[in-house]
Amino acid sequence: MLGKTANGLYWMFRYLERAENTSRLVETGEWIALTRMGATDAEWRSVLQTAGSVEAFDALHEATTKDAAIDWLLRSKDNPSSVLSVICAARQNARLVRTALTHEVWEATNSAFMEAKQLLGRKIPERDLPEVLGKIRQKTALVRGATHGTMLRNDIYDFARIGTFLERADNTARILDVKYYVLLPSVMSVGSSIDNIQWETILRSVSARGGFRMSYGSMLNPRDIAQFLILDKRMPRSLGFCVGKIRDNLGYLAADYGEEPPSCEVVTRIADEFLSQDIEAIFRYGLHEFIQRVLGHLHALGAQIEIDYRFSE
Amino acid sequence: MSEHAHFDEMWGRDNVLRRPYQNFHSWFDVEDPKRLRNKQREAEELFRLTGITFNVYGRAEAEERLIPFDIIPRIISGQEWQKLCRGIEQRVRAINAFLHDIYHGQEILKSGRVPVDMIANNEAFLPQMMGVDPPGGVYTHIVGIDLVRTGDDQFYVLEDNARTPSGVSYMLENRETMLRMFPELFSQNRVQPVQDYSRDLFRSLAASAPMGAGPNPTVAVLTPGIYNSAYYEHAYLADQMGVELVEGHDLRIVDGRVAMRTTRGYAPIDVLYRRVDDDFLDPLNFNPESQLGIPGIMDVYRAGGITIANAPGTGIADDKAIYSYMPEIVEFYTGERPLLENVPTWRCSDKESLAYVLDNLADLVVKEVHGSGGYGMLIGPAASKKELAEFRAKLEARPGNYIAQPTLSLSTVPIFGRKGLSPRHVDLRPYVLVSPNGIKITPGGLTRVALKKGSLVVNSSQGGGTKDTWVLED
Repeated sequence: MLGKTANGLYWMFRYLERAENTSRLVETGEWIALTRMGATDAEWRSVLQTAGSVEAFDALHEATTKDAAIDWLLRSKDNPSSVLSVICAARQNARLVRTALTHEVWEATNSAFMEAKQLLGRKIPERDLPEVLGKIRQKTALVRGATHGTMLRNDIYDFARIGTFLERADNTARILDVKYYVLLPSVMSVGSSIDNIQWETILRSVSARGGFRMSYGSMLNPRDIAQFLILDKRMPRSLGFCVGKIRDNLGYLAADYGEEPPSCEVVTRIADEFLSQDIEAIFRYGLHEFIQRVLGHLHALGAQIEIDYRFSE
Repeated sequence: MSEHAHFDEMWGRDNVLRRPYQNFHSWFDVEDPKRLRNKQREAEELFRLTGITFNVYGRAEAEERLIPFDIIPRIISGQEWQKLCRGIEQRVRAINAFLHDIYHGQEILKSGRVPVDMIANNEAFLPQMMGVDPPGGVYTHIVGIDLVRTGDDQFYVLEDNARTPSGVSYMLENRETMLRMFPELFSQNRVQPVQDYSRDLFRSLAASAPMGAGPNPTVAVLTPGIYNSAYYEHAYLADQMGVELVEGHDLRIVDGRVAMRTTRGYAPIDVLYRRVDDDFLDPLNFNPESQLGIPGIMDVYRAGGITIANAPGTGIADDKAIYSYMPEIVEFYTGERPLLENVPTWRCSDKESLAYVLDNLADLVVKEVHGSGGYGMLIGPAASKKELAEFRAKLEARPGNYIAQPTLSLSTVPIFGRKGLSPRHVDLRPYVLVSPNGIKITPGGLTRVALKKGSLVVNSSQGGGTKDTWVLED
């Protein structure tokens, strides 16, 4: 496989994952605004922060309003991570790696692109927001389904999966990075309705309410939420799950190619040093510090993979 | 309707249904126009979803357009096709012999059949190719011969495409679409298949590999990248052949071979089907500004380390000025009369011809010698006074830059529109594969159709569409 193709696959699936995550963030932001429990402007600030685009947003906007934030996150061409921008970028990468994709994956991607261009071509009226967000996620889910159902389990698939899970791990880590203080046990108000809203926000932003209830029941507490999002091996958006998947796929690649490059060691270190402890140890270490370090290591892992598999010259 | 001014391939000149269309017509006659209109829309949806789009030069990068597809097939009888094939094969053999000669002994120049300055002053001539022997002796592995028809038994070659002819993906996708939408038509008509093209292309390229390549040569397609107007086709062909689609920056010279950067290091390539123009192929040997090429590939090529398809320098054979010499060229190398006719052509570099062209401008088609895609051409009968005057000035300033031809009465084939069937002008590009094992012509080709009533310009960049092209088994 061409190094360029590996690069294209990796980014195509990162972007698709990002489209899904960002639309979920917007959905959560909207939910919190409608419950009118929090200071909503502050909530949109933290959504923007999680999406990693506060500076770019501020450079072009005087104030943070709900409309401006939604527009920025979903459809702004000035925002390279807006849902529209990343779906276009995913499709651009899909064109680049067209020969590595099955017909069904390509068509699903192209149709996601066509739908996104249509849905996000104009400002979205509030009443249409739930439907638009739902359609975007359906379309990206269709690409994932076609990928799962039609692609050979070879190096092509590995790079697609690595891109998906690096992006997802990064997203979950950033949600925790922005909201970590809500989960700290030392905060005065314990179990107030504000806390409950905040805790639920975190679960919603990773589509994990149902999963959480199944595992821990309906009572929310910060320790369980942190445990669930960081260490749980069954929860498909937890850091532990995502890093485990990346480690698997890097392992398949190494077996396939008969060579174990440095990235294998990097991922093993992340899994062993950070994700094999219990949650109390992580709180003792400092939740924020912990998340920051994981983010840094994930970034380094991505960079190492690009070198190991000759993504570019 | 009485007698048609143009030969219609369905109705002839005198409104009698022609034989190849009989089966089709009895099907069409009982079809509900509403269903067909829906099918037409469905076809467009399919094309859009598959992403068969092209980028229009000079427009925003992101803008992709569909080439309109018309559901009425263009039908050619097996007998007509066989006759065409003999002419095409003869012409393609002559083109390859001409290229070999031009880059070796130049016998045809010595004989005076083609003037020396036609070659020496031609930008398409590559001195770097002098004395180079392409692997297997093949120069043009892939050729598209543009044909037009004016009567029951009258075809003309409008243009030879000996560099990087495009459009074959439309031939293939048009057929796929028709099969998907009207399977019953293919049960009722014995249509020769075109689907083997990609496999034949691969075989043909593999058979043209350099001597040392071994039994399973590595083939790759070289594209200028995703912003190229034909990128879809490059990806399509690479995908269908199961080979890598590479760009210049994926390649470098490693140990005297052209190699591609893979996830496991550099892997050598034996045959490069390049869809990049000569000028951009090698910044060391040609255009130093080129970002698309591979520095040093020409040196590997000259040393016999790689097959480049088509060979560099083949443009000298499809240049519009050389075109007018094709009858002489065919005779010189095959010793036979040309089976396919050329359109009579005035070379404006010639003083007398120029005078004639200027006198008759309103009746002629004038083309740029190096132009393509229907850009920079004048269709006399359709031009305004102002356009004629402008072109006259251009001709006088640079006569050598132009050729002129009579306005042919191109055949028509009906398209399906709001008012049912209406005749539109068409041309035909059959695709020819050349390898040391022989010449293969896919039964069919790309039929381009001018969608505007009366228009003679079929180019997609100028609003033309396409049709599925059937060659029947007689």
